[in-house]
Amino acid sequence: MSDAVRLIEIKEEIHADNDRTAKALRAKLEEKKTFLLNLMSSPGSGKTSTILKTIETLRDRFRFAVLEADIDSTVDAEAVAAVGIPAVQLRTGGFCHLDAAMVTKGLEALDLDALDIVVVENVGNLVCPAEFDTGAVRNAMILSVPEGDDKPLKYPLMFTVSDVLLVNKIDYLPFSNFDLEAMRKRAMKLNPQMEIFEVSARTGQGFEQWASWLAREVSDFLNSAPGASRPAIGKFLSISRC
Amino acid sequence: MHELQITERILDIVLKHAAGQKVDRIVRIHLRIGALSDLEDEWIQRYFDYLSRGTVAENAKLAIVRANAVMRCPSCSSSFEVGREELASAQCPDCGERELELAAGREYLIENMEVL
Ligand SMILES: Nc1nc2c(ncn2[C@@H]2O[C@H](COP(=O)(O)OP(=O)(O)OP(=O)(O)O)[C@@H](O)[C@H]2O)c(=O)[nH]1
Ligand SMILES: [Mg+2]
Ligand SMILES: [Zn+2]
Repeated sequence: MSDAVRLIEIKEEIHADNDRTAKALRAKLEEKKTFLLNLMSSPGSGKTSTILKTIETLRDRFRFAVLEADIDSTVDAEAVAAVGIPAVQLRTGGFCHLDAAMVTKGLEALDLDALDIVVVENVGNLVCPAEFDTGAVRNAMILSVPEGDDKPLKYPLMFTVSDVLLVNKIDYLPFSNFDLEAMRKRAMKLNPQMEIFEVSARTGQGFEQWASWLAREVSDFLNSAPGASRPAIGKFLSISRC
Repeated sequence: MHELQITERILDIVLKHAAGQKVDRIVRIHLRIGALSDLEDEWIQRYFDYLSRGTVAENAKLAIVRANAVMRCPSCSSSFEVGREELASAQCPDCGERELELAAGREYLIENMEVL
């Protein structure tokens, strides 16, 4: 009798804990009126450069801080601190992504009442960060021209959870076979609501358009009543029951 | 990759459900993983074998079902399944709409487990 196999129902979603933590963080950010932007991309596609350029463009209007998730290095946090912006280095312990608990912990080092925007530079990786809701108000991703226009086909999840796509290193376009239209079609297929901007963190091309989109999102958020802000695209996918 | 972290969660959850249920050992765990996951079944099992040593879940087999993604058509509200490869080329079977919303595809659901 004791060797009869029994079935125990579980029905638990593995990401449920993280989704709860992310939700709690978003509620706190709404209360504190701090906009959290989660920036994701492959290594070297230009996250730090884009953050610096964005800060340069918008620092007169908003109070910024940055959370850096470099694996075992403080190089990026130092680059941000060098321009006079508060920067927190997260201890990711070699993790391939940030989760909501790590971001919550990192934010404890900042005075949210004195900040309008916190930008999270996620771990350089197009796969894992897409699976974990960080609690951000908006998800942004970068695809740089040298990486190729086929990336939406190879990393569909990243494209589906991002509210905005920055096609960076657009200054390389004349020297590459990157097909912007084909990439756009592939990305829009996965995520019709995604905003796409072509930028160069080197020349500053496209930063006006991207920065004005961001400024509008941040202003809407700062002026909205708690609970009234538009949900991020990524949250469509936080599936608890389907 | 985060197979390790996912596997730790699976183990925590099954051990929690086994506790107090007079479980001698867990034989098989049924998981449903969405089409958008990039994790490899084989690696999840390998990490699980490593982490579960000395627990009632030692030697348990992970039975993983890959669920198709589900897309929803905003024009006519129909829902339909698509495989990972068709995600970027999907089209509504009812009205031909090409701008579709993804309704499911990234789940990691522990359905149930067989125990002795
Ligand atoms: N030509 C060109 N180079 C760029 C552009 N943006 C960034 N780079 C260069 O690309 C390299 C990587 O940029 P980073 O900003 O460090 O990229 P990252 O994504 O933060 O890199 P990791 O943090 O290491 O993942 C640097 O040498 C930048 O100067 C761009 O728009 N055009
Ligand atoms: Mg960087
Ligand atoms: Zn339709």
